[in-house]
Parts: sequence; C-alpha cells; structure tokens
Amino acid sequence: MVLWNGLGVFWPSAIHLVTLRDGTQLLGEIVERDTTKVRLFDEETEADREAGRFKFRPVERWKIKVGNRENGPAFQWVDCEIREDAQPDGNGASGTHEWVSNIAEITEPDDAYKLDRMTDLNYFGFLKEIQAPELPSIPAGPLPQRLSAALAAAKRVEKAEIQPIQSDESVIERELTSVIAPEKVALNYEKKQLIKRSRSSEGSFGSTEFSSRIAEIDRQLAAFVQREDQLKEESHALAGRRGKAEAALRTNVAVFVDSHGREQSIPLIGIVRFTRPNSMGLGAKAGHYGAKIWEMLSDDPREANQDGGLFPAIFGTVLLVFLMSITCFPLGVLAGIYLGEYAKQGPLVRLVRVAVNNLAGIPSIVYGIFGLGFFIYLCGGALDGWLFPAWVDAGKPVFGQGCIFWASLTLGLLTIPVVIVSTEEALMAIPRDVRESSYALGSTKFQTLVRILVPMASPGMMTGFILAMARAAGEVAPLMITGAVKSAPVPIQETLPFIRLDRQFMHLGFHIFDISCKSPNVEATKPMVYVTTLLLLAIVLTMTSVAIWLRNRMRKRFELRTI
Amino acid sequence: MSSTVQDKPKKSIDLASPADVVAERKKNREPDQTGATEPIVSAREVDLFYGKSQALFNINIDFPRGDVTALIGPSGCGKSTFLRCLNRMNDLIDSVRITGSIKLAGDEILDRTLDIIELRRKVGMVFQKPTPFPKSIYENVAYGLRIAGINRKTVLDEVVEKSLKRAALWEEVKDRLHDSALGLSGGQHQRLCIARAIAISPEVILMDEPCSALDPRSTTRIEDLIGELQGEYTIIIVTHNMQQAARVSDHTAFLYEGVLVEFGKTEDVFTNPREQATEDYITGRFG
Repeated sequence: MVLWNGLGVFWPSAIHLVTLRDGTQLLGEIVERDTTKVRLFDEETEADREAGRFKFRPVERWKIKVGNRENGPAFQWVDCEIREDAQPDGNGASGTHEWVSNIAEITEPDDAYKLDRMTDLNYFGFLKEIQAPELPSIPAGPLPQRLSAALAAAKRVEKAEIQPIQSDESVIERELTSVIAPEKVALNYEKKQLIKRSRSSEGSFGSTEFSSRIAEIDRQLAAFVQREDQLKEESHALAGRRGKAEAALRTNVAVFVDSHGREQSIPLIGIVRFTRPNSMGLGAKAGHYGAKIWEMLSDDPREANQDGGLFPAIFGTVLLVFLMSITCFPLGVLAGIYLGEYAKQGPLVRLVRVAVNNLAGIPSIVYGIFGLGFFIYLCGGALDGWLFPAWVDAGKPVFGQGCIFWASLTLGLLTIPVVIVSTEEALMAIPRDVRESSYALGSTKFQTLVRILVPMASPGMMTGFILAMARAAGEVAPLMITGAVKSAPVPIQETLPFIRLDRQFMHLGFHIFDISCKSPNVEATKPMVYVTTLLLLAIVLTMTSVAIWLRNRMRKRFELRTI
Repeated sequence: MSSTVQDKPKKSIDLASPADVVAERKKNREPDQTGATEPIVSAREVDLFYGKSQALFNINIDFPRGDVTALIGPSGCGKSTFLRCLNRMNDLIDSVRITGSIKLAGDEILDRTLDIIELRRKVGMVFQKPTPFPKSIYENVAYGLRIAGINRKTVLDEVVEKSLKRAALWEEVKDRLHDSALGLSGGQHQRLCIARAIAISPEVILMDEPCSALDPRSTTRIEDLIGELQGEYTIIIVTHNMQQAARVSDHTAFLYEGVLVEFGKTEDVFTNPREQATEDYITGRFG
C-alpha cells in the first residue's frame, strides 16, 4: 500500500470539472470515493425506531481536492445522490420524494491548470491572461507557452535582481553570527570573570591594571556593537531593497479564474510549476513525475513541511546512521572481542553478558531519556563548561543541547548490544582447531585474533551491523528528545569544520511523525506521509542491501565451507 | 598380606586400575628403551590433571630423533592429551595442570618461563581436521614466517615453494598460489597444513590423527608424505588405525587409560608385544 500510494503521489492525475445538480461547479482531483449511509427518518415508523430497525440508504460520495486554500477548504465531499422532495400538493400532505443523481456533468477540461505555489499549496483554475509589466516582453503565442516563458522570465529577473541582494544579506548574517557574536560572547565572559575575581580578592578591584583591562574590553565591545549596528543597518537597508524588488516582481501576475468564476491574480514568482494534466501526454507526465521526484530529493521543505522537498531530512537520516555506525560498530566489535576472547570467564562476565542481552530489549524512548540525561546534560554540559564556558554563560550551550552528535551516540548505544552479541557469537563459531593451528605455528593470541579470527568472524559481525543499522535508521522516539526537529538546515557549512555536529537536524522518521500528527492540514499532507515513508523504507533498504552485499563477499572469502 | 598386593602387579598389569599400574611403574624408573638413536624429546614422570581428574599417569618416554613414532590406544586414553603437552597446547585449557619433565633437545618444555612461541616454532602440529586459514594458498604457507616477522618476498617465495614441494602439493597448486586455500579438497587441505607446519622448519612435527577425516586415497598420499619427511623431521603421530601405525612408524607406544603400557620398535610391538593388553588391543579384542 505504501509502495502504491507513495509512488503514485507524483503522477499527475486528471482534473475534473464536476457540475452539480444545483449548478455549482467544482474543479479539482477526485482523490477518494466511498459510500456513506444516509438515515431515512421518514420511512421509519415509531415501532421500527423502538425496535431499533433503522433504515438507511447507501449513498456514494466523492472527496474532491479543489485546492485554492485561500478561498475555502481545499478538500470537499460531494454526495453523488441527493433526495429531492416533490412539490407539496395543495392538500398540505407531506410530499413524496425521490433520489436523484447530484452530478449533472463531469468533464476533463483541457485547459485546466494545476499550480504548485510557494505559499498556500495547490491552485486549480483556468488561465485568463498574463500581466507582466515589469518583465521584458513575452512573445505572443498560445497561453500555456506564454505562461512558461513568463515564469522563466520571472525566474531570471528574480535571479538577477533579488539573489544578489540575498547573498549580500547572507554575507552580513555570516559576519554577525560567526565573527561578531562569538567575540562579544568571549569579551562579555572575560569581563564578568574579571569583575567576579576582583570582588573575591581584596584590593585589585580599583587597581589600575584591572580598570585598564576593563576599559579595554569595554572599548572593544563598543567597537563590536558599533560594527554590529552598522551591519544591522546595512542588512535592514538590503531587506528594504529586496522587499521593494520583490513587490515590483509580484506585480507580474498570471490571472486565473476558478470554477466559481472568481478571478485571482497569482504572482509569477509565487508559482513553482504549473501543469495541465488533462492535455498532457505520457511523456509529459513522466517528465513531470521525474521533476517532482528530483524536487523531493534535492529541495528544502515549503509551507511548514507540507510541500516541497525532503533533502535536509534525507541528509540528516543518512548522516545520523553514518555517525552511529562509525561510533557503535568499532566499539561493539572491540567489546565483543574482549568479552569473547580476553575476559576471564566468570560470574562477572556472565553478568555483563546478561546485561548486554537485556539492553537490547529496553524500549527506545528510555534510551532517548538516557541520552538526554547522560549525553546532553552530563557530557554535553561538561564539554561546554570545559570548551565553551563563554557560550554557556551567554545562555547558548553548544553541545549542551540536542544535536546530531548526541543523537547518533544515543542510537549507537541502542544498537551496540546487537553488535556485541553477534561478534561474540561469530568468534565462538570458529572451530577450535583453527585457533590451535594458528597457535601451533607460533603466533601470539593477538596475531591469531587479527590475522585469523577477525577475518573469519567478519561476516557474523556484519550481520550484527546490518541488524543494528536497520534498527537505527527506523528509530524515531529517542531522536525526538535528543535533537531531531521539525525544521533545520542541513548541518554542513563551507568553512571549517564543514560538518556541524552541534546542530539540530531533520530526520525522515521524525518528519513522518510531524506531518502526519502535528501538521495544520493533515488532509493535504497525506500524500507526503506516504512519500516520506516510502523514502525512509527505500533508504533503510538501500543501506542494508549494501551491507548484505558486503557481507556476502566477505563470506565467500572467509568462511570455511568444506571439511 | 601387603607383600602379596605389592607382588601381584609385577606379573601382569591390572588394566582396570591405573593407580596400581602407576605404583608398578614407579618402581621401575627407567624409561622404556628402544635402543635407537639419541632422543630428541624425552618425558619423565609426566602426570596431567584436568581439574581433579588425572588423565596421564607417570609417562616416561623417549622419542628418537628423525624417526616416526606412533601413539596408539583406545579413545580417551590420553594420546592426544600427551601429544598436546609437547607443544604446550594444553595451556589453552584453563583447568589443566602438568607435573614432571619434558625435555626438547635438552631444554625443559614445561618450564613456566619458557618462550612458548619459540617452542611452537620448533614443534609443529597438524590437526585431525584440516584447518586452512581463510587466505590464499601462498599466505597459508607463509603464515608462520609472517607472524615471525619475516616479510621479504624472496625468502617467502622460496620457503613457500620448498614447503609445498616437500608436502607434495606444489604440482597441484603452483598455478593458483594466490587463490583462496578454501577451494582445495580435503586431502589437499591436509597437505597444505603439513606444508604450513614445515615452512617454519620445526624439529618435531606432531600429527593428531591427520588422516581420520580423509578418504583412503588422500590417506595414502599423507602416509607416503610422512615416509618422505622421515629423517629430516621427527614425527610423532597419533592414530586409531593399526595398519597405519604399522605402515608409517618406526616406533609405537601404546597408551591405555592414561598409562604408557608399552613402547618399542613397531615390528616388536605388533608381532611380539610384551604386554597382554597391547596384544588384545592390536588384535582388536577391545578398544
């Protein structure tokens, strides 16, 4: 079901113009058909009601996605049959009635448009005209072609006029966050420390050395504040310029008419893409499908995660599993080797083994709480106190908050028992003769381990690794309290250290939870839920397939088959 | 009355009670002499315990240099256990305790301070099941040298070729030295293990039922190989197969319930055993 729904989401479906019996017209996609029961009160007698014999009539109804959220609900139910009461006769007796079809006509108009918009999701309607006074003249021709040309022109202008301003703004923003803010934090902290120290030790408070240092700090601080104000002013000016340019661009509109005859001017730069599914051939549909999938894989989300791409979530998921793997796998293998080969077998080791096995059965949310308490508050707090005291003082902890680093360690903790157990078992499965053969050739325990046992046990270790990875990739509960958030940028940057492990992150599993349970418009995000689920499954499947392929290669090389 | 108890074992060994045998043996401290060349391995008063139960009782034996000695006896009699004393393989089992003395060319093996790695380079071992390592044929043979720190390609090439030739495997594998050793047959595996053992030029090679997992043809090849290696290496072989012991060995030792019952030249042991128990075992009356 996930596969069918998930793959089908991006395929352009027909736009129907449904004319109802009373003349109302609805333009949109029929997304669901089901049957409800309408209770027939006036066909029931008192006796029927007392006996609980209610009468129903099954009535088919359709759910139509009409979009145009700014004008009303984006989804509407339409009953296919309605009861029509006959005109009461002159005697005042209750009139007879009949059930008639509510649908007067269904057509698939060729010129119906569906728009993907930056805001307010989809729009369904008919294109009336294009008003683009601010754009270079658009060649004459049929309306759809003119719309494409206008969109392209609008994009070009946007790129030429607005993007430079945006990049200037981001340069200023970067200086503010990565140069001035840290300097201010450091200076403030030093000042505070100085004052605190001088208060505790008598005499130095008024000393010239102290006051000159304080004065120096104040002077520097003032310089930074001045620079900050200057930058903010520049940024403000840029924002004003950008706003003006955008406003000018927004006067270039496409005028659409919806099924109710209302006209609406939609700014060209607010249109992500348009389709006319009713007049699209198979090739055009496939092209659109590909474009939508590419958008999903590469773009940022729009409209509170209801639309747009999933790239930050995909990246976050993969990075998380990768970090988890590189922390948990070596540690788990080492622990397994130690327990299996080096630790003196006794009650203590047995206890450890039981504990490790039990760890695998603890609910994952408990790991999340542990991660929050141990990693974030304890380790993160200690790390911050040691490396970034100034930031803690300024109320902005670096590692003392949920971030991808602690989240991956928490997941590593969650999955490490599987790796330990499978490593131990793989080592145990190696015949005693093989070990002894190695010892008999004069090798030490360590040489035997590294040259013979680990290669032979590697397929088994990989099995544990695969299980661990599959579990980690699908886990959400512990992430919710250790750093996964609704919306966050990709945690990479162009300057050192490139990957910001102290950043919060997006995660596909959390994304599913977010758009399915916490979205303002659950109906609209339903397709996205399917898509995200499918994508998460595909990622887990891909990663485990690669690992399984690797394991099979190892098996071929290292496992004793004959004998 | 006590004198009669003392006298009794002198005439015939009561096989049902090893303790009596020990008492009898202790009187005669002299090891069984074969009158052959000087011994390379000589064991004196070796007792071995698995935890509290004793597995070997006062073993005294000299293995002549350059000869093949077969250890025979019913299952569980301690042949393999004794064999594993000679390269201290029993150290791997925590509960094992050994007393007495075993000397290899004059050096005490059981000495706790002995470099066990050095010992195992001098005393190679081939196991019951072939145990090729999951490496190429070449690397299997070169393993002993590599762990000893010898990585010069010219040296390794030479040793690998020599060892494989010595183990009569060269002709079969010379074109695929760098293929996985796991692809060879069972008999080839065992010869590979022998090549691996002789690659580090040991003085003694211990073989623990080397043919028991092989088909008759492979067994013949291994037996021929043992014949060829004789003289250059001292070989001590544990076997269940009487014919094999008779075919390949110069000397035969018969162990029963942890006691060395008889040791002598193979033809003597098989044609004219001194002890009744040996004769019973060889002729298949028990065991």
